[in-house]
Amino acid sequence: MDAPTQQEASSIGNEIGEITQLNAVQMRCGRNSGGGTTGCGSPAGRGDIPAETWEKVKNHPCYSEQAHHHYARMHVGVAPACNIQCNYCNRKYDCTNESRPGVVSERLTPEQAARKVMAVASTVPQMTVVGIAGPGDPLANPEKTFKTFELIREVAPDLKLCMSTNGLALPDHIDTIKKLNVDHVTITINMVDPEIGAKIYPWIFYKHKRYTGIQAAKILNDRQLQGVEMLAKLGILCKINSVMIPGINDQHLIEVNKAVKWRGAFLHNIVPLISSPEHGTVFGLRGQRGPTPGELKALHDSCEGDMHMMRHCRQCRADAVGLLGEDRRAEFTTEKIMQMDVKYDVESRKIYQSNIEEERSAKTIAERADLTKCADDDSDIKVLVAVATKGSGLINEHFGHAKEFQVYELSTSGVKFVGHRPVDVYCQGGYAEERNLGTIIRSINDCHAVFIAKIGGCPRAELIGAGVEPVDLYAYEPIDKSTSAWFEAYLDRVNSGAIKHIELGDPAICRSTLISAA
Amino acid sequence: MPFKIIASQCTGCSACESECPNVAITEKGGTFVIDPKKCTECIGHFDEPQCVAVCPVDNTCVIDTSFARFQVRA
Repeated sequence: MDAPTQQEASSIGNEIGEITQLNAVQMRCGRNSGGGTTGCGSPAGRGDIPAETWEKVKNHPCYSEQAHHHYARMHVGVAPACNIQCNYCNRKYDCTNESRPGVVSERLTPEQAARKVMAVASTVPQMTVVGIAGPGDPLANPEKTFKTFELIREVAPDLKLCMSTNGLALPDHIDTIKKLNVDHVTITINMVDPEIGAKIYPWIFYKHKRYTGIQAAKILNDRQLQGVEMLAKLGILCKINSVMIPGINDQHLIEVNKAVKWRGAFLHNIVPLISSPEHGTVFGLRGQRGPTPGELKALHDSCEGDMHMMRHCRQCRADAVGLLGEDRRAEFTTEKIMQMDVKYDVESRKIYQSNIEEERSAKTIAERADLTKCADDDSDIKVLVAVATKGSGLINEHFGHAKEFQVYELSTSGVKFVGHRPVDVYCQGGYAEERNLGTIIRSINDCHAVFIAKIGGCPRAELIGAGVEPVDLYAYEPIDKSTSAWFEAYLDRVNSGAIKHIELGDPAICRSTLISAA
Repeated sequence: MPFKIIASQCTGCSACESECPNVAITEKGGTFVIDPKKCTECIGHFDEPQCVAVCPVDNTCVIDTSFARFQVRA
């Protein structure tokens, strides 16, 4: 965990939504996969999210896959205290090179946080969202959290505020949250069954008393669900995060999904457990593994219905800054922001952002024209493909430089985003890291093809040997269009008997393995 | 006997600071310390010592046996 790697925060430290990715599926005719409720021609970028909600989230980089190319967010680490203990968290652990929820380099006072927000906002005009997500629980630190929000509101009323909480103290603070006009609240809910909760939470601190076991989990869950209902009633957007822990709550999360859905949560984000012995968490020390990408995908698929599932979360640090995938927190340390000349100019920010919107709508119209083609083929074949991308929806990364691969499922219904796989970079400073190649291939060997802008001879041969077709034919072209073109050709090859379609298994690698390797 | 915080184990999370009914806990160089003159073991306030109950690291807030048992001061 000592040496910082290039992949660091940028590959695993961020969180983005998949809402607009679903759009690609919904804008196509043909058979409807995944239970989507919208047919052809639904408004671009919105999926089946109600118009009012879409207005609120369209510029939120974490909720909208499309928005994350254009808008930035920042987290301020003002809330170190927590009121519950989770088996996947270690409060002693605090490392600058790690990118996990709860990790921060600096703990800020509300005044420092507000200054940092102004410093970032004046340097990064596309910054639209400020969140508080720990390193502890924002609502276990209500004075610090709300003071920070108040200070930001005074100077920068246009910034959206959000927070991420375990929910234990949420019902007590709901009025303040409403009063401060907090836009989004994320509650981490890992269970609706206290017996399962007792395996995840050793204790909670509630009303001046420490509770343990089933009693603790029951209190926590009652408060969490009450919180969801209260937020929904007040019209504050509520997203649910759940940590998927194989053997403990994996199948149970389907129940959680139902429970939060009917109470009014608008988005469910199931994230894989990050657990390694060196993290020093109870789960890490016990050898509790995280889910494989295949297990995570299967769970996402079974929860997918009339509520959106986030598939793009990168489980970012509690002090990440900037566009997703490009953490700029090093530019904004307390020492540096104290010396910065900070001018918050609402007008110039507005102009900058309206230009972004113009660009976005032009791009959306162009994409819709591309994607309204209906598939006549009725093949049942579904394949996964990996894409090396730096963003903007393009195949624009070299195989050797990729810090992550985005995985898509292709079927005759369209292109569906499935998730991202962080990997150790193969080429570092011009030299190939041979030992990384095997890990990379194992992490994507459930994919039939990998789309790259460029690839060297050696990895090409190894990929082919492992049954993954390297495709560099669509370098620098849009992902959706290119992958569907390849898929059409793939189906033709299968139908003509040129190749035989083979089902591939689950990659034998899970996220924590990759992170510990970093 | 007052409580003390074992500095090497303190994560500096500040959870204890706001729970202490006696305002006996303050930050000192990134970790927290208990003023033995102010600590009442929470007797008369709560059923259990709040710093112990809220501390995320077990056995970090412990009885400081170098002090006499707490007596109500005049």
